[in-house]
Amino acid sequence: MLSFIIRRAFSIIPTLLGVSIIIFLMLAITPGDPAELLLGERATEETLEAMREHLGLNEPLYVQYGMFLKRLIKFDLGETIWTRQKVWDEIKQRYPATIELSIAAMFLSCFFGIILGIISATKQYSWFDYMSMIASLIGVSIPVFWLGLVLMLVFSLYLGWFPMSGRMGIGIDLEIITNFYVLDAILTRNWPALKDVLWHLTLPAFALSTIPLAIIARMTRSSMLEVLRQDYIKTAKAKGLGQTKIVLKHALRNGLIPVITVIGLQFGIMLGAAILTETVFAWPGVGKWIFDGVVKRDYMVIQGGTLVVAACFVIVNLIVDVLYAVINPRISVK
Amino acid sequence: MSLFAITANPEDRHPIFDQIEKLFRNKTGVAGLIIITIFVLCALLAPVISPHNPVENSLYDQLKPPIWSPGGAMKNILGTDDLGRDILSRIIYGARVSLMVGVVSVGIGLFFGSLLGAIAGYYKGWLDSIIMRFMDILLAFPHILLAIVIVAYLGPGLRNAMMAIGIITIPRFARIVRASVMEEFEKDYVTAARAVGARNRRILFNAILPNCLAPIIVQASLGFGSAILDAAGLSFLGLGAQPPTPEWGAMIAMGRSMILRAWWVMTLPGIAILLGVLGFNLLGDGLRDALDPRLRD
Repeated sequence: MLSFIIRRAFSIIPTLLGVSIIIFLMLAITPGDPAELLLGERATEETLEAMREHLGLNEPLYVQYGMFLKRLIKFDLGETIWTRQKVWDEIKQRYPATIELSIAAMFLSCFFGIILGIISATKQYSWFDYMSMIASLIGVSIPVFWLGLVLMLVFSLYLGWFPMSGRMGIGIDLEIITNFYVLDAILTRNWPALKDVLWHLTLPAFALSTIPLAIIARMTRSSMLEVLRQDYIKTAKAKGLGQTKIVLKHALRNGLIPVITVIGLQFGIMLGAAILTETVFAWPGVGKWIFDGVVKRDYMVIQGGTLVVAACFVIVNLIVDVLYAVINPRISVK
Repeated sequence: MSLFAITANPEDRHPIFDQIEKLFRNKTGVAGLIIITIFVLCALLAPVISPHNPVENSLYDQLKPPIWSPGGAMKNILGTDDLGRDILSRIIYGARVSLMVGVVSVGIGLFFGSLLGAIAGYYKGWLDSIIMRFMDILLAFPHILLAIVIVAYLGPGLRNAMMAIGIITIPRFARIVRASVMEEFEKDYVTAARAVGARNRRILFNAILPNCLAPIIVQASLGFGSAILDAAGLSFLGLGAQPPTPEWGAMIAMGRSMILRAWWVMTLPGIAILLGVLGFNLLGDGLRDALDPRLRD
């Protein structure tokens, strides 16, 4: 198993290199002087020349890529054009917000998705099954940004139940330790802040959870249906076990194996796809930051942000693969 | 006579008829077909059926509510936006834009994806490794992010957005076609074609690919839905269709600023996106059941 994990971990290196090449080439092939693109129109000739020297723009492309890679290894992603902050520091500060939102959304999708999937599978072809499968088809077809706005309209503006945007209300005092506000509030035992943070988290998490929820529900249903047809389930029935016990103790363990892969993949996708939800809810995560970078044509932000999000996506997929092998010994080390 | 022509017994039905019959027996597929037919008719007949010009401003009709709300009138059934443009007409014309996005993006993905996937699956070896590694790299980006980044470099606009969505669709087609080609490769008809001396290109494109159509069609239908969704997302962010183009995502973005004053400006185009995408997803599901039950979840 250990050798499988090591082999799988090494296998992401070419992918990561490929990702870095694509991101490097995107800037290289964009029309215009990369130094000017990176420094913005306000840059003076001296700073432009210094940037050209720093990036090696007078060198051949492969040397430039080598220099780019060298800087990457040192986590030197440069400075943003607009705020002149270190890109890496900005990402470190913002990624927790995105991860927190994604975890909350994933929690909602797993909880409701798995329950819906199990009930649909045990009551196949019932009205509940039809309804939940129609709902899940609507779930994968819904534009997340639109749903976010509708939720905001109904629950924030009309009903006033939830705040419209942001991570925390003004006037809430919270000592920031990890930048994961929920965790920080728990660590400092600041319950009013925890309540406020969760209150702010609910609507964006719900909007972001719809697509994964629908996919998880469909996957759980089909996987459970397959497991419920197996002989060992018939044996359990023949032994006289109750339906609930059969489903929860015998079928669920095997039925959830393929679902775990989907959950992992969806989590990886969320880290990047949160860009729309974050923009709608003014959630100060890395997605909104990248989008703001796109609007301001801050190529340092686009480059650094995309690289880190893609790297995280690859690593999450690696973890999913390893987890899958751990849970399902049949496919392990092959 | 072509090498692969079959002398058919006139009493035998072509399998395609069985599959069409299966599709029509499938409720999901039929529901999808109905929605898509309406969607395509709206797109094609937009100039005939839309009550107003979608880009014509009317200062006297600003922010008129839909007919069922107090103050609504027959003139603008779904109300108007802040420039007095008729929402229904813009939604109808929006179907045109979405249909075009779907056709172009899925076209790009289907053409290049199928070509690359077919080559990888047929020739295997180093060619397969290089192509599929490249596809893996494209798949290493969360797809909407990749689309946003591509548009960020190419510049905003509907054409670039369609291209970006097309590019992110390529790996999905490539993977599916590669797997199907590899499966078909082992079959007797391929061995027979090789035995009679058919050239690789002929075997691949004339014999194998037509047999891989089922999963390609299913993916195209599902891809159409997701292309519409992605294009709407890009336009919502201001990276796709630019004003005054009547595009559903851009309409939502515009309605956002007046969300409290005029809820219909933002809400109704969203329902159009939902229905359009739902139609293609339903059809995709129905097609999968009819054409290729192995692909089910």
